[in-house]
Amino acid sequence: MTPAILLLNPLLSPSYGLIVWTLLAFGIVLFLLKKLAWKPILKSLQEREDSIQSALDESKKAREEMASLKSDNERIIAEAKTQRDIILKEAREIKDKMIAEAKTQASSEADRITASARENIQNEKMAAITELKNQVAHLSIEIAEKILKQELSEKDKQKTIVKNLLEDVKMN
Amino acid sequence: MASDEPVQAQEHEKFNPGKFIIDHVTDKYEWHVMGPHEGGLSIPLPMILYSKENGLDIFLSSKLEHRTVYHGYTIDHEGHLETEGNFSYYDFSITKAVTGVLITSVLILLIFISVAKAYTRRQGQAPKGFQSLIEPLIIFVRDDIAKQSIGEKHYKRFLPFLLTIFFFIWISNFIGLIPSFPGIMGNISVAFTLAMIVLVITLFIGNKHYWQHILWMPGVPAWVKICLLTPIEIIGVFQRPGVLMIRIFANIAAGHIVILSFICLIFVFSSGSDAGGWGFSPVSMAFALFMNAMELLVAFLQAFVFTLLTAMYIGSCLEEPHHAEHH
Repeated sequence: MTPAILLLNPLLSPSYGLIVWTLLAFGIVLFLLKKLAWKPILKSLQEREDSIQSALDESKKAREEMASLKSDNERIIAEAKTQRDIILKEAREIKDKMIAEAKTQASSEADRITASARENIQNEKMAAITELKNQVAHLSIEIAEKILKQELSEKDKQKTIVKNLLEDVKMN
Repeated sequence: MASDEPVQAQEHEKFNPGKFIIDHVTDKYEWHVMGPHEGGLSIPLPMILYSKENGLDIFLSSKLEHRTVYHGYTIDHEGHLETEGNFSYYDFSITKAVTGVLITSVLILLIFISVAKAYTRRQGQAPKGFQSLIEPLIIFVRDDIAKQSIGEKHYKRFLPFLLTIFFFIWISNFIGLIPSFPGIMGNISVAFTLAMIVLVITLFIGNKHYWQHILWMPGVPAWVKICLLTPIEIIGVFQRPGVLMIRIFANIAAGHIVILSFICLIFVFSSGSDAGGWGFSPVSMAFALFMNAMELLVAFLQAFVFTLLTAMYIGSCLEEPHHAEHH
């Protein structure tokens, strides 16, 4: 049945019984392992790898988001800084303007006050002068009265005055 | 296998190392654990025989011990089954090698089903214990063997087969290294069976492009194809699994033979005087130990090579045209 050369060396003589048993055993092992072992093992390995990959992807995304957020923040801070500078500058300008305005207003007010004061003084002065004039006139009248009273107290003198006054009237 | 004590030497028989080694490497109807062949400790194994004359016979091999004849069957001095009256029979006995195949199968099922359970039980968690020992190997077969040799597109279909064959070979090689256990990959029938499975797979999955390259290589003159290329390619189809078979069988058988040879040296040296055997045994044991360590490496290496080459054959059967133009 078996070739002579194979019988010479028992190592090389195959036996169909063993072949059939091996085929059967290996087939059953393959079938059972495929169903019960490789399928769940490979599936969970794949799932784990996927989850690791997705976790890595997510962390990368988060990192990128952080970076963009950071750059956003920096941009916002820079913008805020420029905004602040602008506002400060404007405020300074407003302050300067206000001070200048106040100064001009104050000086004009001062001018006005001085002017009105001067006017008042003038008015007071004029009033004082008028009063003085009146006083002087009054005094002059009193003096003239007193003089006249004194002059008219003597008959001679009265006659001369009347004479003089009549002469003046006659002249007219 | 290595520690079987060849007590024959002490019985002042002429010790024949060649016969001793071949006895240990070849298949037997009983599992001889230790002691002399006649009367030593051996486990009887079931014999399953069928013949037209006797019908189906199932009995333990111990019934045929000491050249007893049972239902016309007997085992000769070489361990071969013989019949009285030379009738033809079919032999499906659970021999030592079949036992080895069954032990490997049961062990592999136990290991991987329990590991698979760990995966479903501890879903989404890091691997633990035995699971983390097995996982790198599974990933190794998947990424470095299947994905690399077959390609992203098809590798998933063949991954269960490649994983099974890888662990089947590796674990059976480990079992073979246990003293007195059968090294089934060193048996040509087992190697032949695995190689045949690979052959059948490559015959069935080959795409149009693959068969065209084998049967009618484009761009080559017709007479070259008929006289040279096509016959060579057809031989190649069968030769590649053949090489797989020879490689695994020869490597494992040779490893066992070398280890046994070192052990035998003790008894060769003690044939003159017992002192020679005692004196040489440390040297012999050191070499045998070294070879055993080597075999641990070979056990993995051969499983890897067999699986890798299988994956490469499968990959070549599925190759798409634009890749192959560069060959």
